[in-house]
Amino acid sequence: MTTTTDIQDNRPRISPEPAKGGLSSRALPRWSPIGFAVVAIALGVGISLAAGWHSRIQWGLISALLFLALSYVATTVVENQRQAKDRLATSIVWVCFLVAVVPLASLLWTTIVRGSERLDGYFLTHSMAGVLGPEHSGGVYHALIGTLEQVGIATVIAAPLGLLTAVYLVEYGKGALAKAVTFFVDVMTGIPSIVAGLFILSIMLMAGIEPSGLMGALALTILMIPVVVRSTEEMLKLVPNELREASLALGIPKWRTILKVVLPTAIGGITTGVMLAIARIAGETAPIMLLVFGSQLINGNPFEGAQSSLPFYIYEQYKVGEVASYDRAWAAALVLIAFVMILNLVARGIARWKAPKTGR
Amino acid sequence: MAKRIDIGGLNAYYGSHKAIEDISMTVEPRSVTAFIGPSGCGKSTFLRTLNRMHEVTPGGRVEGKVLLDDEDLYGSGVDPVTVRRTVGMVFQRPNPFPTMSIFDNVAAGLRLNGSYRKSELSDIVEKSLKGANLWNEVKDRLNKPGSGLSGGQQQRLCIARAIAVEPDVLLMDEPCSALDPISTLAIEDLIGELKERFTIVIVTHNMQQAARVSDRTAFFNLSAVGKPGRLIEIDETERIFSNPSVQATEDYISGRFG
Repeated sequence: MTTTTDIQDNRPRISPEPAKGGLSSRALPRWSPIGFAVVAIALGVGISLAAGWHSRIQWGLISALLFLALSYVATTVVENQRQAKDRLATSIVWVCFLVAVVPLASLLWTTIVRGSERLDGYFLTHSMAGVLGPEHSGGVYHALIGTLEQVGIATVIAAPLGLLTAVYLVEYGKGALAKAVTFFVDVMTGIPSIVAGLFILSIMLMAGIEPSGLMGALALTILMIPVVVRSTEEMLKLVPNELREASLALGIPKWRTILKVVLPTAIGGITTGVMLAIARIAGETAPIMLLVFGSQLINGNPFEGAQSSLPFYIYEQYKVGEVASYDRAWAAALVLIAFVMILNLVARGIARWKAPKTGR
Repeated sequence: MAKRIDIGGLNAYYGSHKAIEDISMTVEPRSVTAFIGPSGCGKSTFLRTLNRMHEVTPGGRVEGKVLLDDEDLYGSGVDPVTVRRTVGMVFQRPNPFPTMSIFDNVAAGLRLNGSYRKSELSDIVEKSLKGANLWNEVKDRLNKPGSGLSGGQQQRLCIARAIAVEPDVLLMDEPCSALDPISTLAIEDLIGELKERFTIVIVTHNMQQAARVSDRTAFFNLSAVGKPGRLIEIDETERIFSNPSVQATEDYISGRFG
């Protein structure tokens, strides 16, 4: 039996107790931000109560300021100036994040809680036909149909128009016409929805056309086109130029290159852009009020007769002012938010499904 | 069927800036011609004029003649799209179409130019992948995405895509500069096989590669910074690298500048 003592281990030994030199310094414990937060909230609430302020917002603001001041001072004392500034910056970012997110979360929570009181299958499948304001019945079906049809027609018109405009601007447009189109699209992005509504209304009055879902859809189209053009433009610009060159070098004509190589590569982002544009116009109330007139009855024909829509319905029910109608308004708001959220999720799903795959 | 290229008095511009001046040379069929020269001397620009890709760049303009077996590519009435079907190109960075499978990538040039039956396409794809030495590695996963291959495999995929349409000439713009030495060797071997069927022109920064791979070599240079690039010398590769006629060529080959 041989031992292995002939293998020399000449590596330098590291002492188990490294010397503390100029590189290390004191540090606050890990839990200090939470500690500061607790102390700041306690102090903030205490000061506010003592001063007789009762608004939670005031409590929150004072606590936030105390938190920032406390963490800065403590860090300067225990660690050093640079760490203090670093911590201050981090704290400000976190505070701003909370300030931004808390109202949204609160909005969502309130809508869910208030809306689910009234939301059920009956609500989704019945209209307000013959239902008076104070009655605890009626539903949103007519408004849902209206929104779906108006938004649907607007999408069918706006999506191809926007897509082709973006293709022109990115792939073909080089001269004065392209610059003019870009400028006007930028202007259109900022048109208030009521102005779009007035524009269609003026045409209706001049041509003697009756209000209908189609008219509302046309106003929504005007609002939707610039959004689709802008987002599609950005997506098309993201397609690397070397793909276009590879396709052209194969002798594939330019229009076919765009159709078969550029668009499929960008389709995920384009779909997301269209979905987001839909989500935006689904909540527009002003043009609908002007152009579609509103109705209590189910009208499945968007080309004839007045329709309702979800945002219009919410406004209508709010105006009635009864408890029952407030409940209906909240429930309709919940339906609208759910609709937008579902669209958003579908958009993400499509973008992920269509993304250029990198699997082996 | 490999063709011969005769270039006469070619100038190429980017807007008003002249990039290459007065180039005249001949590229022999079924051979490999290498373009060498320092950075920025116009080799890639010149290569792109040979398949009318230079005019795709905004402001790109060409004067002069490029004859493919006596037919002027820049003649009136000649459609650039038809030219590019006859003169294929492989680029510096592999660029397979990301939304398409390996099969679809190779078949892209054919599918998007005419209608073929599935069986015809399968045969052509197999032949092209074998021609590019990639068949054995991908024959079991033809419907997987093209971007899932390694760099060398992707470049061979792009070569398969380019030869699937049976061009007369194959232009290669620094095809190995983004690849490792093993993949480079594989592609250089491939070029040696492909020259039996195609006329090949290759731009390369790597002089040793030009010496290994090409039959004839052309040396380009700028007279001064900002001046257009010119053809200095073109000759058999062995002559260029052992006994060039022009001093500038000698200086570049021996590494006195470049």
